[in-house]
Amino acid sequence: MKAIYILWLRQIKKYFRSRSRIIGSMAQPLLFLVAFGYGFGSVYEKAGEGSYIQYLAPGIITMSMVMTAIFSGIDVIWDRKFGFLKETMVAPVSRWKIFLGKILGGSTVATIQGLIVFGLTLVVGFKPINWWMMPIALMFSLLINLLFTALGTMIASKLEDMQGFQLIMNFLIMPIVFLSGAFFSLDGLPKGIKFITKINPLTYGVDGLRGALIGINSFSFWNDAGILILLSVIFLALGTYFFEKIKV
Amino acid sequence: MIENIIEVKNLVKSFKNFKAVDDISFSVKKGEIFAFLGPNGAGKSTTIKMLTTLLEADSGTIKVNGFSPEKDKDNIRKSFGIVFQDPSVDEDLTAWENMEFHALLYGIPKKERLVKIKELLEFVELWDRRNDLVSKFSGGMRRRLEIARGLLHHPKILFLDEPTLGLDPQTKNHMWNYIREINKKEGMTVFFTTHYMDEAEKMAQKVAIIDHGKIITQGTVESLKRETKSKSLEEAFLVLTGDVIRNEEATPTDFMRNRRPR
Repeated sequence: MKAIYILWLRQIKKYFRSRSRIIGSMAQPLLFLVAFGYGFGSVYEKAGEGSYIQYLAPGIITMSMVMTAIFSGIDVIWDRKFGFLKETMVAPVSRWKIFLGKILGGSTVATIQGLIVFGLTLVVGFKPINWWMMPIALMFSLLINLLFTALGTMIASKLEDMQGFQLIMNFLIMPIVFLSGAFFSLDGLPKGIKFITKINPLTYGVDGLRGALIGINSFSFWNDAGILILLSVIFLALGTYFFEKIKV
Repeated sequence: MIENIIEVKNLVKSFKNFKAVDDISFSVKKGEIFAFLGPNGAGKSTTIKMLTTLLEADSGTIKVNGFSPEKDKDNIRKSFGIVFQDPSVDEDLTAWENMEFHALLYGIPKKERLVKIKELLEFVELWDRRNDLVSKFSGGMRRRLEIARGLLHHPKILFLDEPTLGLDPQTKNHMWNYIREINKKEGMTVFFTTHYMDEAEKMAQKVAIIDHGKIITQGTVESLKRETKSKSLEEAFLVLTGDVIRNEEATPTDFMRNRRPR
């Protein structure tokens, strides 16, 4: 337990020590909120769909969390490059504990990031319908972040360096975010794309979070949470396996 | 009591198309200071990685402190401390936090932890700087911190992979003094690699020389010198390994080190 705790604590400390990272990570969601929110807002309202900011805010929070989560995972590459991974891997600690400690740290950081962006959305006019639903929103945030930190960490355990980075950004993160219903409703999509959104785990994360924040769901909370939990468990097992085989 | 704390028999490790370690056997006695020498790319680091559970051997047997890496990884891991060839401290943490991280990973109880961290940081003369971020430390200070960290969990064996690379003579001298002191006081076995033959000559009770993945010779410094009719270990080393310069290709690691965003 102590090992998991100290791995977690390290991530938290490193996050709060990099102010530039915190400030930098606020810029993108703010830009999306302003550009999309105000840009598409009037069209959305004319179509009789209500306030676009209300619809968009949970999506922006999710996007920002997913990016922080995946990049927290990918941090393992820096640990590898700067030797710290070796220090962790020669320690008499089971690999699942190392993996779990890392992803708990990364997902805590991503959740803090989510709270910051949530604050930003309130500033630009977002209103959650029911503050009592906050614990559920928080739970979905944690689940999303666990899943995607685990994914990032697994990718990093296989990557030798940052060369594959752009590839991940463009072919993984962007499609996952854009085809999850974060920015637009999935109801009217063509069949092929609809299928992709169905197998995209983030679809269920966005749906759960949006349900908790503004009360609009495509699936039930149980369905959303169940899929996220199941995948997280699978990723934990897979990640442990990857960490057994990791080259340092 | 185990007489040989490290025992290696017929160890082999290949990467894609070359044999990094080609059927080597050697043993290190408990309490011994053992130098593992060889030109670049000879197989030193690969061997250390296998001894320290970071890499699996293709064939052959390894016993470290009586345990074999197939069955008893964690027991081996508890038995040794290591200072890697490349830096391995976390720059964004303080000296104290780096020590604490290590102590918690190795499950050292709180009371002992506080005493031991203080003792070791004083030992390597970093106690006054304990609350400074490691990013402010010089190369020598980082090395000292790594040594303190490697000793924190009372290892029976200390692995040092080119520990003095890039250090000034003062720091080098200090470092070896610490290590000799602990070796004497606690009977800790020391296994080290270096390119500085004077260092090996001064420190090592036993030497093994590896080249192209094979151990060419092993014995005391004196016996090596006699065998090659040389005046110094450096001369003996050159006689045994030839004077062709070895190239090691730059790894992605070297590439990355030059472009870390800060």
